[in-house]
Amino acid sequence: MSEQLLHEKVQVICGRDVQQAEQYSPITFRLQPDELMGFFERIKSDTDLYIDRLSCITGIDPGKDSEHMEVLYHLESITAGILFAVLISVPKSNPIIPSVQSIWKSANWLEREIFDMYGIHFSGHPDLRRILMPADWEGYPLRKDYVTQNEYHGIQVEANEESKTNSL
Amino acid sequence: METPGTPLAELGKPYRESFGNSGIIVSKIDDLLNWSRLSSMFPMTFGLACCAIEFMSTGTQPYDMDRFGMAPRATPRQSDVMIVAGTVTFKMADRIKRLYEQMAEPRYVISMGSCSNCGGPYWQHGYHVVKGVDKIIPVDVYVPGCPPRPEALIEGILKLHEKIKTESLLQS
Repeated sequence: MSEQLLHEKVQVICGRDVQQAEQYSPITFRLQPDELMGFFERIKSDTDLYIDRLSCITGIDPGKDSEHMEVLYHLESITAGILFAVLISVPKSNPIIPSVQSIWKSANWLEREIFDMYGIHFSGHPDLRRILMPADWEGYPLRKDYVTQNEYHGIQVEANEESKTNSL
Repeated sequence: METPGTPLAELGKPYRESFGNSGIIVSKIDDLLNWSRLSSMFPMTFGLACCAIEFMSTGTQPYDMDRFGMAPRATPRQSDVMIVAGTVTFKMADRIKRLYEQMAEPRYVISMGSCSNCGGPYWQHGYHVVKGVDKIIPVDVYVPGCPPRPEALIEGILKLHEKIKTESLLQS
């Protein structure tokens, strides 16, 4: 399926004019958090698309100046040979988006990882715990404004003061 | 029935010549104890990252860790030496400390590779890595490398042997 056809198909499913995120590869569409669940259910059962695999979820913190964080879903149809992505934007002050693990089971651990690293909450997730960091870790390490805690269980965490903040 | 090959009496000739005919060696008990201890340092079977691959290689035939009497044990209670092979994360730090405490004394620690020595490539912005396993448990021998080759680990083991040789279990 060509990108043109795919874009049209996505617009028909959403029932509105959907923007394409520029400079993203593969082709990426910007959606609203509230239309996420409906959209995913439709593309999973759609006979043209038949998206049968959520291959990965990515969290993005665009920087300290940005008011938003982004979540990127890579969707794939092994049957129809389609690969595209969906980009969701959430405010940093209240980062909550619906969990899609009821549609794709693979989302369970992927969402836990995004929660662990970015502190984005997934409403409706059955087991939203940290997956990589220890359960009692403070803060979300991949956020740009992250400051590493001084010590963990009595062990000094960073070698020096400079290392505590994200230099990027 | 006659057995083929060299007779035992013939094989033992060099030993008789060096020890004399009495078959008795005079030594200090400390030396004997240390010699027996260092000749069977059981390492604990565990690895944390890529260094563990080199640790495993050290146990294979070309390097043959078993010639030092080192048979990996799958429990800390039967282990004499802990080879910390790999990146120590904060999540793992509590477990390593507990495993070390479960080992029977006298116990030894070999820190293998840069990560375990000082944090390695994660020393500056690795929020998740303990900057050296010596922050949580005492270390006897540091083996540098990223990862160290089996030869380097064997040198670390020999260094530990040298350390044990100088110890005394009898003198206070």
